[in-house]
Amino acid sequence: MRDFSYFRASSLDAARQAAALPGTMLLAGGTTLIDLAKCGVAEPDTLVDITHLKGLDRIDVNERGATIGALAKMGHIADHADIKSRFPAISEALWQAASAQIRNMATIGGNLMQRTRCPYFRGPANFSACNKREPGSGCSAIGGVTRGHAVLGTSEACIAMYPGDLATALVAFDATVHLGERKLLVDDFFLLPGSTPDREHAIEPGEMITSIEIPSSAAAHRSTYLKIRDRQSYEFAAASAAVGIEFEADGRTIRDLRVALGGVATKPWRARAVEEALKGKVLEPETVRAASRLAVEGAVDHGANHYKIELAPRVVARAILKLGETA
Amino acid sequence: MTLELSLNQQPAHTRQGSSIGQPLTRRDGFLKVTGAARYAADNHPSGMLYAVLAVSSIARGRVAALDVEAAKAHKGVVEVMTPRNRPALAADPDAKDHPFMFRLDLLQNEEVRYPNQTIAVVIAETLEAATEGAALLSPRYEALPARVGLDDAESFVPRGVGVGNPAVQHKGDVEAGLKSAKTRIEATYETPAQYHNAMEPHAIVAAWDGDKLSIDTPSQGLAMAQGRISGLFGIAPQNIHIRSPFLGGGFGSKGMISGPQVLGVLAARLVGRPVKLVLRREQMYGPVGHRAPTRQTLRMGMDGEGRLTAIHHHAKTASSTFDDFFEPAADASHTLYASPAITTSHEAVRLDTGTPLFMRAPGEATGSIALESAIDEAAHACGMDPLEFRLRNYAEVEPMTGKPFSSKALRECYSQAAKAFGWASRPLQPRLMRDADGFLTGWGVGTATFPAIMFQAEARAVLKADGSGLMETGAQDMGQGAWTAFAQIAADGLGLDIDQVDFRAGSSDLPNAGIAGGSGHTATAGMAIHNAGAAVIARLADLATGNEASPLFGADNEGVVARGGRLYRRDDENRSESYAEILTRAGLTEIEGHGKGAPDAASQETYAKHAHGAVFAEVKVDPDFGQIRVTRLVGAFAAGRVINPRLVRSQYYGGMIWGVSFALHEEAITDRRSGRIQNANLAEYHVPVNADVPSVEAILIHEDDPYVNALGIKGVGEIGIIGTAGAVANAVWHATGVRPRRFPIRIEDLLG
Ligand SMILES: Cc1cc2nc3c(=O)[nH]c(=O)nc-3n(C[C@H](O)[C@H](O)[C@H](O)COP(=O)(O)OP(=O)(O)OC[C@H]3O[C@@H](n4cnc5c(N)ncnc54)[C@H](O)[C@@H]3O)c2cc1C
Ligand code: SF4
Repeated sequence: MRDFSYFRASSLDAARQAAALPGTMLLAGGTTLIDLAKCGVAEPDTLVDITHLKGLDRIDVNERGATIGALAKMGHIADHADIKSRFPAISEALWQAASAQIRNMATIGGNLMQRTRCPYFRGPANFSACNKREPGSGCSAIGGVTRGHAVLGTSEACIAMYPGDLATALVAFDATVHLGERKLLVDDFFLLPGSTPDREHAIEPGEMITSIEIPSSAAAHRSTYLKIRDRQSYEFAAASAAVGIEFEADGRTIRDLRVALGGVATKPWRARAVEEALKGKVLEPETVRAASRLAVEGAVDHGANHYKIELAPRVVARAILKLGETA
Repeated sequence: MTLELSLNQQPAHTRQGSSIGQPLTRRDGFLKVTGAARYAADNHPSGMLYAVLAVSSIARGRVAALDVEAAKAHKGVVEVMTPRNRPALAADPDAKDHPFMFRLDLLQNEEVRYPNQTIAVVIAETLEAATEGAALLSPRYEALPARVGLDDAESFVPRGVGVGNPAVQHKGDVEAGLKSAKTRIEATYETPAQYHNAMEPHAIVAAWDGDKLSIDTPSQGLAMAQGRISGLFGIAPQNIHIRSPFLGGGFGSKGMISGPQVLGVLAARLVGRPVKLVLRREQMYGPVGHRAPTRQTLRMGMDGEGRLTAIHHHAKTASSTFDDFFEPAADASHTLYASPAITTSHEAVRLDTGTPLFMRAPGEATGSIALESAIDEAAHACGMDPLEFRLRNYAEVEPMTGKPFSSKALRECYSQAAKAFGWASRPLQPRLMRDADGFLTGWGVGTATFPAIMFQAEARAVLKADGSGLMETGAQDMGQGAWTAFAQIAADGLGLDIDQVDFRAGSSDLPNAGIAGGSGHTATAGMAIHNAGAAVIARLADLATGNEASPLFGADNEGVVARGGRLYRRDDENRSESYAEILTRAGLTEIEGHGKGAPDAASQETYAKHAHGAVFAEVKVDPDFGQIRVTRLVGAFAAGRVINPRLVRSQYYGGMIWGVSFALHEEAITDRRSGRIQNANLAEYHVPVNADVPSVEAILIHEDDPYVNALGIKGVGEIGIIGTAGAVANAVWHATGVRPRRFPIRIEDLLG
């Protein structure tokens, strides 16, 4: 077999020190990493198991916001009463992701770090060209099977879609990711592929995600995550939207609006143009539909994924209108 | 005496029982839920090594180089089998002595004919070492362009389709029928390549002892597998012992022994130790069969009353470049609807894929989704309700042959399912129904037929002096419940309580039970069991009625009845004797009888024998997103005698869910440049999840059929898919007004 060493970290510092070494990877729930190792994408020399670190699985919710430890399980967060009531979009994004079995294993640190489902990326034995895997090798997806690929944020080097649901909800509500001492907006944590699609996150060797912090807001409180897909469950999004809304005292005029798209972009995609177009407006179906089209401004398709450009604005509009109904 | 007893005859010795018809739970259920059921890959004979396939990443060309040294140098690797050192075979794996001998890739040369073809086998002390060894082979190829689509190669008319039916068949004059028609429709439908994806991958544990071979492997056809291996290795069939007590699904892909399974046997021979070989999920997309893609065009004409004047069903499909299996899709139009003129025709291309094979309802599933869609289009063109249109064109005799049906309770299926579903309130026009949440709601219907096929089977029955019985036949349980249904038939056949019968199956050293396929296993092996029971009861009756000491002495003319472990005089139930008493008096520890199951040639000539069904579907479609949900399925099926209603319902449920899968989910997506399937895993090759099938109802319609076989059994394994897929497609049309012409139906097809 391909030998690798396994190391169970007993402290955060030990984990980070070990992770700084080349060829080392952190192991959390393993639902992404083991999969990638099996298909030959991940070839770690050392696995640092962080699942035994104490205190990293806490979920704290107070007036200011929610702080969720990197080792908290997707399922626990989805079911957490305060998350459900104050951040419905976060809970909904999680329980519509993957399967119950995976949610019981998977951590949110690992969830943010999950990789694209691009089949060419995941098939190194069969497709040598993949700029994400091998910088400069080319992109096998372009001209191939692209139904699941991104239409936003793509580059000539890579059109891979970021598949996670949670991160989409996080960018909508200005969540930050804590890397020990350093913290970053989730929106800044994920990088556009540009000419370096191999670099997906603003994380340095020796850093690890310790927690996620989501600030409280009226928009987060009144929020939803709408996920559209061919199959009812256990499928990545064809298009999804995390939306939060705050109305003026009249209950109709939009004071604050948050919109992020999933399933259509190379990273969790904040749709600020939609937000700006609707802020200060009265919530009307026609206005919302027209503004929602701004969500896909600049979108580029590669054939089979063209439908995402049609679909995504409709998902955004529905999510906004649905939140309006509950006024 | 004759062993073939008909229900119409009054034989001298009959059995009465109450096991058949009972909804017994699976007798193997406890073993399965406790993990005690031993599947092939659970076996670990001592000294066993692990074999892992190295498979081609190209679709066509040849392997130019393999780094065998690197693989062999890896710790734990024992041997690498390539075309150079693969043990000799007694027969050419590319030979084809008969149409059902499929060519196998057994490392006969360096040529690559499809992606995932085996190019080497690495054998090691551990699975991990073998896996890494296979990766270290780092093959180099001389690749040629892949031919992957129905338009990528020159088309031809195959010599035969399916099990050897003529590729083109006519009845009447279709062109004249179309010409005379008042209304005509023409439509083309496409179905994708699909892969069986049984939960249990193909697996084998093989051990040689000199010229004797012991094998654990899942098989739907033990005797055929034994025969094939015997031919390939040049050893006598009786020297090959195959155990296949449980299959984790087969769906046709385990009907014939596959190349990888034989490679496991070769690997064991090469290293002289037992070897286990288990396919990885993605390796099942190639060498173990699949359902080929089709493109079907239907032309129909209707008179002023909505009666069909002509049906032309044309199907284009594909086989591999090196073997023949042609999905007989157009043949679905032979049996369903009455029409004075019917033409079915096929053409095919050869693609760089593994050879397609039988996949649950081969031809019927693909053909019926197109036919049922077209029938719906025809009904709409005539302004008729689709159910009324189907009844107007109800086939009183088999449309293609004119033969009467041995039985056909399809009208009953339509009416009961329609009633349970609430069809009567359906608006004729599409896009008129919405639910409270604003979802477009649609209702569709589909008709199902599947032939009542029988193969050949044998069984051996034993009655013992302790009053118990034994029934042996090498039947195969794919999960459908053969262990239970056959034990029920055996119990009645022996006139015993089911708990007094030791039923043995799943092993090649038992009598040949034929293949578990074509929905014919219960009928075929069931009849063998039934007849073996009759034979041994007849012997027992002779012992009793011929012995003065027996209370049954002299009953020969009146006959006896076997029931609950006793023989009773037919005309005087007060006179009876237990099996144990009869055998003990005769000084016998046991007696045996043999029985056969086979189709009846005479009634085959006279009657068309089919199971029938009707399926109604409700779908809800999000008007903005085109997201489809099947909210209700109601099917009614008439398939002769029901041996176990619980198991039969499970077959219908499973089939109907597969129908949903066909209409909405399943598709192998191929990269056109490389020929590789890009969703060869269960995360991306979609089948329905529980949430996709909220409500499924299967109604069992009573049907007595005296002609199919003495037990009156048709078959239930495949019919559930047929009709369902079309019903779902038709419901999608009714909901949206968009006619699906390409399957599976996706979000983008309905976005508008
Ligand atoms: C079949 C399938 C379907 C799925 N469907 C969905 C879906 O619909 N929606 C969705 O959102 N997700 C889906 N997922 C992805 C799933 O949510 C992720 O696999 C999971 O969240 C990963 O978490 P983990 O703890 O198992 O991570 P691991 O597999 O342990 O790790 C994943 C990666 O993150 C790194 N890592 C782990 N923890 C940290 C940390 N604290 N700091 C820095 N790096 C870290 C690891 O080194 C590794 O590279 C699906 C997965 C599968 C297999
Ligand atoms: S889209 Fe990106 S991940 Fe996929 S093959 Fe191209 S470069 Fe690789």
